[in-house]
Amino acid sequence: MNKFISSITICIVSVIALSSCQQEKKLPIYGDRHAQTVKDAAGVEKIDTVYQTIPDWSFLNQDSVVTTNKITDGKVYVADFFFTSCTTICPIMHRNLLTVYNDFKTNPDVMFISHTIDFKYDRPYVLKKYAKKLGVDGPKWQFLYGSKNVVYTLAEKSYLVAVGEDSTAKDGYIHQGYLVLIDKDRRIRGAYDGTKTDQVEQLKKDIPLLLAESKK
Amino acid sequence: MRKYIINVIFLFAIIAIIVSCQNQETIDLQNYMSNGKDIYKSRCQNCHGENGEGLGELAPPLTDSVFLKTNKDHLACIIKNGANGPVVIHGKEYTEKMPAFPELTDIDVAQVMVYLTNSFGNNQGFVPYKKVAEQLQNCK
Repeated sequence: MNKFISSITICIVSVIALSSCQQEKKLPIYGDRHAQTVKDAAGVEKIDTVYQTIPDWSFLNQDSVVTTNKITDGKVYVADFFFTSCTTICPIMHRNLLTVYNDFKTNPDVMFISHTIDFKYDRPYVLKKYAKKLGVDGPKWQFLYGSKNVVYTLAEKSYLVAVGEDSTAKDGYIHQGYLVLIDKDRRIRGAYDGTKTDQVEQLKKDIPLLLAESKK
Repeated sequence: MRKYIINVIFLFAIIAIIVSCQNQETIDLQNYMSNGKDIYKSRCQNCHGENGEGLGELAPPLTDSVFLKTNKDHLACIIKNGANGPVVIHGKEYTEKMPAFPELTDIDVAQVMVYLTNSFGNNQGFVPYKKVAEQLQNCK
C-alpha cells in the first residue's frame, strides 16, 4: 500500500515538474539588432542587445490633425500600408483587419495604423471618407497621410514592408499586404499576410500574448 | 402492330433528344458555374467578399436579387467596364467606383455573370455565351 502511494506521489510530482518546465510562448523580435555596452543603475558596465525600433513620426490623420508616434505610447499596434483606390489586395486586407479591429474594439491598449502610399490622391478627407465607408470611426484606427519620401522610407526601412510606384501595375502602386505587429517598445513582433485569413487569425491570437507580456 | 412499334420508337427518340438537350444546358451551367467561381475568386472576391456580402459602404453586396433581375441586361457591361454612377442595393446607396476588367473575354464575363446570378441566394438560371457577347456589343 505504502509503495502504491509513494509511486502515485512520484507520478504527480513529475507531472507537475514537467508542466512547469514548459516555457510561456513569447513572440520573436524581428529586425536588425546589435550589442551595446550600457551602464546599469549601479554604474556597472554590461552588454545589452539593442533591437530595431520604429522611429519617431508625424503625419496628418483622417481628421487632418497632426498625429505623432506619441499616440501609440504604451500601446500595442498593428500597422499596414495601403491606398484607397487600390482594387487588388487592399480590400481583402482591410476586410480581414476590420475583424481584428472589431475583436479588440473595447481594448484601449490596442491600436491600428494604416499609412496610405498614394501621396497624390489620398488626402486626409479622402481617408476620412474611406474610413467611414469601411465602418471605422474614432481614433482607435488612424489613417495617416504623409509625403512619399517619409512614408516609403518608414515602410521599407522600419516596418520592412516593400512599397513603390509602378506605372505598369493596374492601380499605379505596388505594395506588400503585411499587417505588422508592434509592441509597446516599438519593436516588430510579427508580420502577417493580411490577405490570408489563417494568418490574420494568428494575429488575433498573438495580440493577447503581446499584451500579457508587457503587463508583467 | 409494326406501325405502332415504329411510332413508339420514334416518340422515344424525340423524348431522348429533348432530354439530352436539357442535359447539355445543365452541363453548360455546371461548366459556367465552376469556371465563373474561379474568375470570381481572382477578380471580384477582394471587394465583394467570399459570399457576395460586399465591404462596408465601399463595395455593394451581390445578394440583391431584385437589383440583379431588373439589371440583368446590364450586368455583363458592368462586369467588363466597371461602374461609376451611384447604385442603390438593398435600399442603400453606394457611390464608389467599380474598376473595369478589360482583360476579361466575353466567355469569362458570361461565366462569372452566370456564377454570381446563381450564387449567394440568387437563382436566375443559365445565360448562354452568345447572348452575353451581344450585350457586350451594345454597352453604353
